[in-house]
Parts: sequence; C-alpha cells; structure tokens
Amino acid sequence: MIVHSIFFYFFSVIAIFSSLMVITSRSTINSVFFLILDFISVGCLFIMVGAEFLGMILLIVYVGAVAVLFLFVVMMLNVAEQKQSWFIGKKSTHIPTGLIVSVLILLELLVVVGGWKYKEDLMSSSKLILSNVSNTHQLGLVMYTDYILYFQLAGVVLLLAMIGAILLTFRERVGVKKQSYINQISRNPSSSIELVEAKSNQGVKVDD
Amino acid sequence: MIEIGLGHYLSLGAIIFFLGVIGIFLNRKNVIVILMSIELILLAVNINLISFSIFSGDIVGQIFTMLILTVAAAEAAIGLAIIVIYYRNRGSIRVEDIHGMKG
Repeated sequence: MIVHSIFFYFFSVIAIFSSLMVITSRSTINSVFFLILDFISVGCLFIMVGAEFLGMILLIVYVGAVAVLFLFVVMMLNVAEQKQSWFIGKKSTHIPTGLIVSVLILLELLVVVGGWKYKEDLMSSSKLILSNVSNTHQLGLVMYTDYILYFQLAGVVLLLAMIGAILLTFRERVGVKKQSYINQISRNPSSSIELVEAKSNQGVKVDD
Repeated sequence: MIEIGLGHYLSLGAIIFFLGVIGIFLNRKNVIVILMSIELILLAVNINLISFSIFSGDIVGQIFTMLILTVAAAEAAIGLAIIVIYYRNRGSIRVEDIHGMKG
C-alpha cells in the first residue's frame, strides 16, 4: 500500500503543479509545455492504476496530437512575440522551462518503468472483473460488441471535425500559379500546334 | 492518508477541474489559454470516470472516457481552426480585443 501512495502522491503533485502553471504562466508556450507535463502525469497515473490502454491513448492522442497542435498554433500565430512586447524587459523563459519539463517527464517515465514490478501491489485493493484478461482485451470485448454504435459515432465526430477544420481554414489565394490538370490533359495537337510555311529570307512572324 | 482510495482520485480530479475553471475566468491573455483550460477540465472528468471504473470494477467508464477523448480532440481541432481564422481577420487574439458581439 505504501507503494500505491508513493506513486499517487508523486504523479498527482506534479499534475496539480503543472495545471497551476498552465493557467498562471506568462508565456503561452510555457503553458503548452506544462499542459504536456500534466497530460503525461495523468497518463502515468492511469497506467499505474490499471487503465493501461487509456493511459497510452492519453499519451498518444493528447500529448502526440492535441498538445502539439496547440504548440503549432501558438508558434504560427506569433503569440509568443506578442507576450514579449507586453512585458518589456523580461528575458525569454522558453528554454529553461522546456528543460525543466523534459527532465520531469524523463523522471516520470523512469518511475513508471522502474515501478512496473510493484504494479500488483497497486491493483490488489481494487477488484477487477476478469483479472486474467488484460485491460485492452476487456475494453475490446465490450467496445466492439455492446458499444459499437457509439464507437462508429465517435468516428463520425472525428470526420466532421476534420472537414470543419479544413473548411474553416481553407482560403482561395489569388495570384498563385497552379497546375490545371483538366487543361493539361485536354490539349490536342490541333489546338496547340500550328504549322507555318517559312519562306526563305523572310522569317516567320509569331503573333503572341 | 497512506491508504489510497477512491476519494483521493476524486479529489485530484476535483482540484484539476477547479484549476481549469479558474483558468477560464482569470485569464486575460489570449484565447488559446482558455482552450487549454477546457482541456484541463476534460482531463479532470476523465480522471473521475477512470477512477470510478477501476474502483467499482466496471469497464464501461473507460469506454466513456474514450468517447470523451474523441470529443476533446475534435473540439481542440475546431477551436484552434476558429482561432487561426480569427487571428487572420483581426490580427489579435487577446481576450480584451474580442468584443465583436458587445457582450
């Protein structure tokens, strides 16, 4: 039981600290860094408490997609430079914060990997339905049978989000030369080649 | 204190939820931080659902968590797209500058 409390307090203190830093830090990039740290802490907590699949999905989807999307948008919109001009005289704190967050993430991953053999101690307090079947197997047994409709609807939601994001951010640029495939493949010799009889010593007049 | 039960996880979820709500209201910087606070709130909800699912031995809570995760990803994508086009039109995403509806 002492192992469970050590794991819980380690990850939850880091999670609470980083979520506090998300809402209070001055620079938006630092907020995104601490958001990543928060997601990783809670994902490690999920893994250690027995929901391995959801913990891994949290790492993949949240850290790998959502937080990186936030980071892209923050860097694209140049919000970081705006912040620097609002608080004149403050040096950039991105690199030290990034280093601190990276070291904390490495520490958490080491704790999870090193504490993997104590995982049975953590789970002895809770009663699982099928203890001989892994968590991913249990999820699959229920999700693909009883909840298949909701699973498909989640896919539809993702498709709609993709279409919506593309439609919102798409803009037709003027003055950009593009290939027109229809025009290219619908040419024929009669419309694009002209045979001219060139007379000697007179040349050919090409009309533009 | 030493024995970690359901209450500890629920307290963690409540604290993170609280911090997310505070982040929405205290934020005077830009809209991206508000979106991040919404992500924190959804994360707290996920903590609640997973801890109930683990401690009561029912797998359905984890399935619901997966659905919430899907919706959170979709919401982040749409919200960030809206922020990008707003910045393209107005040139600023500070919270004070967004008062087009005079609310």
